[in-house]
Amino acid sequence: MTELKQIEEFVWEIPKQGKMTVPGRFYGNKQIMEQLVEEESRPEAWSALRQIKNVAMLPGVEKYSLALADVHPGYGAPIGGVIASDLQEGVITFGAVGFDINCGVRTLATPFTKQEVKKKKEELADALFKHIPAGLGSTGKLRLNEAELDEVIVNGAEYVVKQGYGLKEDLQFTEEGGKIKGAGPEHVSQKAKKRAFKQIGTLGSGNHYAEVQFVEEIFDEEAAKTYGLEKEQTLISIHCGSRALGHQIGTDYLGKLDSARKKYGIEIAERELVCAPIESEEGQEFFSAVKAGINTAFANRQVIAHLARQAFAEVFGVGEKEIKQVYDIGHNTAKIEKHKILGKGKNVLVQRKGSTRGFGPGREEVPEKYRSIGQPVIVGGTMGTSSYLLKGTEKGMDETFGSTIHGAGRSMSRTAATKKWKGEEVVRKLKEKGIIIKARSIKGIAEEAPDAYKDVVDVVEVMHKAGITEKVVGLKPVVCIKG
Amino acid sequence: MFETFEHKADMGIRGVGKSREEAFSECAKAMFSIMIDLEQIEKKEEKEVIVTSYDLEQLLVEWLNELLYLKDVHSMFFSGFEIKEIKKKRKGYELNGKVFGEKMNDAQEVKTEVKAATYSGLRVEREDIIWKAQCIVDV
Repeated sequence: MTELKQIEEFVWEIPKQGKMTVPGRFYGNKQIMEQLVEEESRPEAWSALRQIKNVAMLPGVEKYSLALADVHPGYGAPIGGVIASDLQEGVITFGAVGFDINCGVRTLATPFTKQEVKKKKEELADALFKHIPAGLGSTGKLRLNEAELDEVIVNGAEYVVKQGYGLKEDLQFTEEGGKIKGAGPEHVSQKAKKRAFKQIGTLGSGNHYAEVQFVEEIFDEEAAKTYGLEKEQTLISIHCGSRALGHQIGTDYLGKLDSARKKYGIEIAERELVCAPIESEEGQEFFSAVKAGINTAFANRQVIAHLARQAFAEVFGVGEKEIKQVYDIGHNTAKIEKHKILGKGKNVLVQRKGSTRGFGPGREEVPEKYRSIGQPVIVGGTMGTSSYLLKGTEKGMDETFGSTIHGAGRSMSRTAATKKWKGEEVVRKLKEKGIIIKARSIKGIAEEAPDAYKDVVDVVEVMHKAGITEKVVGLKPVVCIKG
Repeated sequence: MFETFEHKADMGIRGVGKSREEAFSECAKAMFSIMIDLEQIEKKEEKEVIVTSYDLEQLLVEWLNELLYLKDVHSMFFSGFEIKEIKKKRKGYELNGKVFGEKMNDAQEVKTEVKAATYSGLRVEREDIIWKAQCIVDV
């Protein structure tokens, strides 16, 4: 069993042991800590704690293998995990990005109050469901040829804005401006491209959603004002990723990185930690493909935001400029960022897996309008439960490479959830609470029932009290569109 | 025989049969059963599948991911899986087979999309005369 060292009230260290090159570290309250320890004590269980240690065995990891309060077992690296790696000594690993590259959340602020929207919520739910293709097998209105898809890969959201999907201003309020540099279409297989031709502007299924929410509570007046938010204001949040293009990139490189790590003689503790040195040809190719996935996801959310604006226009007659983007942030990414290591600024590769960038005040990556406050972080709840907007802090920059939680994480398996609830029942219960759910798959709804997830409040509180990201506003859903 | 099994965030799939070919086919059924009730899907069209790999476990992942690729590219669901042969080659293995299904349409009652077959929980093994093939799929 792992002996943990408590560093601060909400910070726990896994001391360096065995083949670990650095210690492990995670954020959590006592309950989260005990759950992780219990999970690890059962050898047959998937254990996030073991995965934090496995990541710590990779070469070139800076400071510690990190996990945040929403940590749970993933493939190779835990979900809720962050790895910062030295560019010369370190590796880029499949496990720390996963199959759903740049799955993330985009939030837009509408000019309407909760009351105005509630009056027309049925109509709005129908319009959103009509405009936004959702669910297994759904295809987008956009049909791309290979040259156009290559533009999406290279230029991300910027390309689709030029094609008339959304506003130029949206880009300023997207991580990386909606376009990460260095994405190479030549590193994306024909298979990945063929799967993507019809999928730009589609939500997908599983835990992805488009939700209409209102500001229920303001915790930080100044930050809320800076982000342009008022109490009872209605927002739209879109949670989805790079769709099958990202999944296929993952599949393709799982094999390629397996050969690469054998070639470079890198030992790994779990098969999905396959990797290559960042500087190697294989590492650079994978990095380029990941960036392709990142840009595709930005473009996807950009198109969906446009469709959501169309739905609002249909119901409320509102112009697209009146619906302003608050921010767009990714969860599964790999990027080079400058962080303080041993007191000095240093460029490192930061891989976030089910984790969000949450930069503090003053960083040039944060849009100028928000720079004095810190970057907004969108933490998605589940159908029927709260979501939050947080802000990044200086402490987060020092301790977590400017990273924080992304959501609540499941507490119950999909199988158990479908045994326990029927989709219709979940829809009815949420309706009683005033929340409308529209989904292509009624069975999928049971899997995503709110009670199948941990309460997001706990993990948000831990990160708030630990001073890593602070609460700005709490959001409640009104309408939710799912796959 | 096929089944799905529990995994906290995702799903496990397992195929059991008297040969490895049968176990692989059943495993594919388990995967598609997460997305759709197989009885809904008529075997109207067929697609050929050839995949290769250096070991049997990797071959299972390649086979399943190839089917996900075919599903997206042809907008089809599959319900029939016939593996002619899994051949041992000089370096690794080769699978030859055909899959049967029909085009996706709005009348079909879909469930949850499988994003990819993973290396997690990946096992291909023989117990006496029974072959088992399993892995976790990302949903």
